[in-house]
Amino acid sequence: MSSHQKGLWVTHAGVSSSIQDSGRCGFRRQGLAVGGAMDLHAFNWANKLLDNPPGSACLEIMLGGFQATAERDMTLALTGAYAEITLNGVQVCHWQTLTLRAGDRLAIGHSQSGRILYLALPGGIDSPMWFGSQSVVPRERMEGLGPIGANTRLLTRTLSEHASDRKVPASSRPDYQTELTLRVIPGYQIDRFSKDDLLRLTTSVYELTQQSDRMGFRLGGPALTDVPSGIISEGLTIGAVQIPGDGQPIVLLNDCQTIGGYPKPGVVASLDCHRLSQRLPGQTIRFEFTDIADAQNERRLFNRYFRHTRWVRSATGLVWV
Amino acid sequence: MISPVSEDALLVTLADAIHTELPQQIRAICQQLEARNWPWLQDLIPSYTTLLIVYDPDQIDFRQAAAAIRPALAKCTELSTSTTAPAPGSDERTIDLPVYYSEETGPDLKALAVACGLSMEAVITTHTARSYQVFAMGFAPGFAFMGEVDTAIAHPRRETPRQKVRRGSVGIANRQTAVYPVSSPGGWQIIGNCPTRLFDREKLSLLSTGDRVRFYSVSRQQYLDLGGEL
Repeated sequence: MSSHQKGLWVTHAGVSSSIQDSGRCGFRRQGLAVGGAMDLHAFNWANKLLDNPPGSACLEIMLGGFQATAERDMTLALTGAYAEITLNGVQVCHWQTLTLRAGDRLAIGHSQSGRILYLALPGGIDSPMWFGSQSVVPRERMEGLGPIGANTRLLTRTLSEHASDRKVPASSRPDYQTELTLRVIPGYQIDRFSKDDLLRLTTSVYELTQQSDRMGFRLGGPALTDVPSGIISEGLTIGAVQIPGDGQPIVLLNDCQTIGGYPKPGVVASLDCHRLSQRLPGQTIRFEFTDIADAQNERRLFNRYFRHTRWVRSATGLVWV
Repeated sequence: MISPVSEDALLVTLADAIHTELPQQIRAICQQLEARNWPWLQDLIPSYTTLLIVYDPDQIDFRQAAAAIRPALAKCTELSTSTTAPAPGSDERTIDLPVYYSEETGPDLKALAVACGLSMEAVITTHTARSYQVFAMGFAPGFAFMGEVDTAIAHPRRETPRQKVRRGSVGIANRQTAVYPVSSPGGWQIIGNCPTRLFDREKLSLLSTGDRVRFYSVSRQQYLDLGGEL
């Protein structure tokens, strides 16, 4: 076997690990979900640590429980949920680059804080491209486009050796334990909800339930009592807050269906969707309303930061260019 | 009406009730918008009475996007209200789909016939008698919501959805009908199976919003010859 066919050999794939990039663009009218990395904060940092082009495909490791062996010397980056991570049995930190020698064993325990880890390889992970993206949407059950299993080889797109050890600045490493307030951009159906229910939505504490996956997170708390009847099905976006008949909110996420008919008070700002995707069942969530212009500007700043910064020589932080 | 939805999407609402002419009108709007090749336009998701327009918020904001879209909307509304102009649906496609209607491919055929007070043959004749409009795509890749079926065979979804509905299954839910492009859980009343592939990774969805579909009945042997599975 030639050296370029050697990569990272996955021995335990964990609960669910799948290749994700920034998602599909322009295929929702076909009924195809957007997909893509759920937490673009941790995902962008994983790529940034290796100077990968923005949006390069990473492995999204849900809840940890992952083990792999390096088949050649390589540098990888690991960000996201907090778990016990070891290299040849010795505990290591993540939110930084890790240098592996051929034969080294990487093991990620079950996540204790946060839900998702991102593993990046130099130049991005190589995998088939469908619908303009490498993202995998497990619920669509497309042949050959499922989560990865054990005994899978992850290959890099480039052979460039990254010698530099880099760490994400401490201020950019999130604490996934804090209570999260989701900022909601009000939608045109907001007038169909009663004042009492909107007050209930924005003053109550909701708990994330077990029914939370890549399609969406179902919350539990004080139910809205005067839920408007269904609407004529219309196009949906990631972050849409659906209120079904039981009055308990569902926040739709990356693999959600493309159209739906539940009434919606609004849509959660994308940066808050990233934060939400890292929360585990039992954690608490609040809602507040925000303004679309504020949400758009925050997102622009977020995107610009990852596009227009470079590492300083000491590899401990970034500067604007 | 143009409403903001999220950081990267706005919704155009064309009517407050479902109407068979709307899918054609929405398709015409999509063509108008696509012809402009705006670099910020990312996706168009038509549904029964609405069009969700996805844009790149790094390039444009809601007000700018709405301002750009408004003239295209005005042009299409003008076309559809003018009686002299050609109908916006002049490029309408009709697609014929074969169906093997039977108890072995349609586990709800018999029960639906009984519930509607018809023979199984009458259900088949009624389902094939008219062409259907594709109102929306969604639920799964290539899944087309079509309507409206004759009230004589309209029937609500099953109370308990099936864990697995086979690929190609032809179903009825109230006055809508659809074909399952892939095996999935589902609650529609299944009356037969269509051997035609509705979604292909290379060619994408066979059907799109605004198309018309006509079903025709085929025998067990024809169904097998067309690649149908039992």
